[in-house]
Amino acid sequence: MSKKIVIEPVTRVEGHGKVTIHLDDQGNVAQSRLHIVEFRGFERFVQGRPYWEAPVLVERLCGICPVSHHLAAAKAVDVIAGAGTGDGLTPTAEKIRRLMHYGQMFQSHTLHFFHLASPDLLFGYDAPPEQRNVIGVALANRELATQAVLMRKYGQEVIAATAGKKIHGTGAIPGGVNKSLTIEERDTLLKGRAPLNADKMIAWSQGALAFFKDYYKKNKAFIDGFSQFPSNHLSLVRKDGALDLYHGVLRAVDAAGKKILNDVDYQDYLSHLREEVRSWSYMKFPFLKILGKEKGWYRVGPLARLNTADFIPTPLAQKEFEAFKAVTGGKPNNMCMHTHWARLIEVLHSAEVIRDLLLDSDITGTDLVTKGKWQPVGVGVIEAPRGTLMHHYRVNEDDLITMANLIVSTTHNNEPMNRAVNCVAKAMMTGQKEITEPMMNAVEVAIRAYDPCLSCATHAYGQMPLEVSLYDATGKLISQRRK
Amino acid sequence: MASFVKFTINGKTCLAEEGAQLVEAAKENGIYIPTLCNYPGIPPKGSCRICTVLVNGIGQTACTTKVVEGMTVQTSTPELEEFRKSVIEILFAEGNHLCPSCEKSGSCELQALAYRYRVTVPHFPYLFPKRDVEAWHPKLVKDHNRCIQCKRCIRGIRNGKGQALFAFGKRGDKVVINIDPETSRDISDALAQEAMDMCPVGAILRKEKGFDVPIGKRKFDRQPIGSDIQA
Repeated sequence: MSKKIVIEPVTRVEGHGKVTIHLDDQGNVAQSRLHIVEFRGFERFVQGRPYWEAPVLVERLCGICPVSHHLAAAKAVDVIAGAGTGDGLTPTAEKIRRLMHYGQMFQSHTLHFFHLASPDLLFGYDAPPEQRNVIGVALANRELATQAVLMRKYGQEVIAATAGKKIHGTGAIPGGVNKSLTIEERDTLLKGRAPLNADKMIAWSQGALAFFKDYYKKNKAFIDGFSQFPSNHLSLVRKDGALDLYHGVLRAVDAAGKKILNDVDYQDYLSHLREEVRSWSYMKFPFLKILGKEKGWYRVGPLARLNTADFIPTPLAQKEFEAFKAVTGGKPNNMCMHTHWARLIEVLHSAEVIRDLLLDSDITGTDLVTKGKWQPVGVGVIEAPRGTLMHHYRVNEDDLITMANLIVSTTHNNEPMNRAVNCVAKAMMTGQKEITEPMMNAVEVAIRAYDPCLSCATHAYGQMPLEVSLYDATGKLISQRRK
Repeated sequence: MASFVKFTINGKTCLAEEGAQLVEAAKENGIYIPTLCNYPGIPPKGSCRICTVLVNGIGQTACTTKVVEGMTVQTSTPELEEFRKSVIEILFAEGNHLCPSCEKSGSCELQALAYRYRVTVPHFPYLFPKRDVEAWHPKLVKDHNRCIQCKRCIRGIRNGKGQALFAFGKRGDKVVINIDPETSRDISDALAQEAMDMCPVGAILRKEKGFDVPIGKRKFDRQPIGSDIQA
């Protein structure tokens, strides 16, 4: 008898989504889908507003990564204000924005790994739900949990110093920033009261990586094999091929490492990317135009970034990058759970960049804004924690926005997440008479690896009400389980 | 030589120049009376009613009342406080005030008063009026969503010839304050800034001038409205 399995809501991710899995009469997975059940509407209601409001308006998309939206929009309106793309800003403005962004990256990645993902690693995806949450992590490993909270706090303090407040600040304005760091702010972040200082954050980031690598050594088969499938990968890279989370050119590689998008200017993204609409989801499906809908989908995020970048421009993270690349002999890494590893390498890289920026005298400079010749269109792209984030605005001659197109990281990962669900469902549920809670959580573990921000605003972690209903082929409810 | 009159506010004996505006006289005596449509240096209008006080037991707007010998004034009774809170709530409900993305957030007098009077959710239904953003002017933007029709701009902003830059248009609940294309032509950046600063909300903006004051340094970030006069 065929069955329909519904996992709703998906837990320990940002926002709300649900999974449906259809099993045929033989118990094989006939169809699986990750549905995004929210509709936000930002692209519509930013229309008619003055363009300089965009960075402050659209950052309300998200409470976890508002800085990413703030800066992607700011980069787009820089172009409109005639300040150019990325390298047109003053050194102080560019470095303050970078500091804000790497603070964001540090806190968001920390939040995801420790609060959302680590319970699955510490206790196993089949552990009891009452243990498999952040409180369980705190009870089992007090030191790790304390570090997680303080690392996130440090990242938030970096954001507050550059954007005015921890969530939904106003630091970036068209053509620059509205403040630099005072000497006191810089010194507090650089060598503040222990443990909240830059060097301690680097040390703790190394500790988090050691924790993961130790886990990997003991659970190699699971980490390598779970939800593993080949894909293309896309991200920004610096012009010289270095990992750069704030600015660069668009690069995509295929599963074998061949460049399929060769360092193109993101102002021209529409020449290379397309978005497909499917009736069952509010989230679109982007693809590389050159490969078409079927083969053009790709991954973004930490795993994709370490697959597209040639090197990491900070020494400690570069060393970790080399170890990471060695696992696949330098070829792209298509192992889903290695995303956690890549994410932690980026945490270390972010901590190093924050320390270096704080040591740079430009960070306390006073030359904050540049302006130039007005342009009617601007595109801003940034590497958000979850991956490539694109903001595209068109304005009329009165400076009011007439069109906005936002392609957020999770949207880029739509097809890969659907594939991941399918992959795990096939491996775990095929031919099973009973669908157990651990099987459902395994599906969520695969989704969680992408750190999706389904609404870019809401947060749900720990044990959430999750209901699975089994239907027969006629749609009749056969059984129901709740956790 | 100015003559002084003696009067009481909330039972406290006060002294002020005869004929002084009650709002200013109270301020001189360390008592805060909230205002919105009133602005120092321009003739009072008494249109927003938020400065309503009891003068000899009768409700009057303090911005249009002059002090006289022996008057007794009550500025803060439970009924007056509730009335003021309602005025603030009505102003929020009547327009489209989206503080999170407003250029004036942190420096907005309506927002600051809402904080002072602890307005959380208005008791009145939001009207969500459909209003436009007028952005044709090379230096100014008029966001009608945020306008509370206090007329400060009409009364206070003049060009070099003494002509008003802003004028009422339409009538009744459709009334709008427009930028006059003739009198506002060739205005200086300084006058545009003065117009933006005089507006108590974010209805008058300078083109490309938003969010340039960092959080923490905005007008009411450190000093809640009225706290310089009375906590």
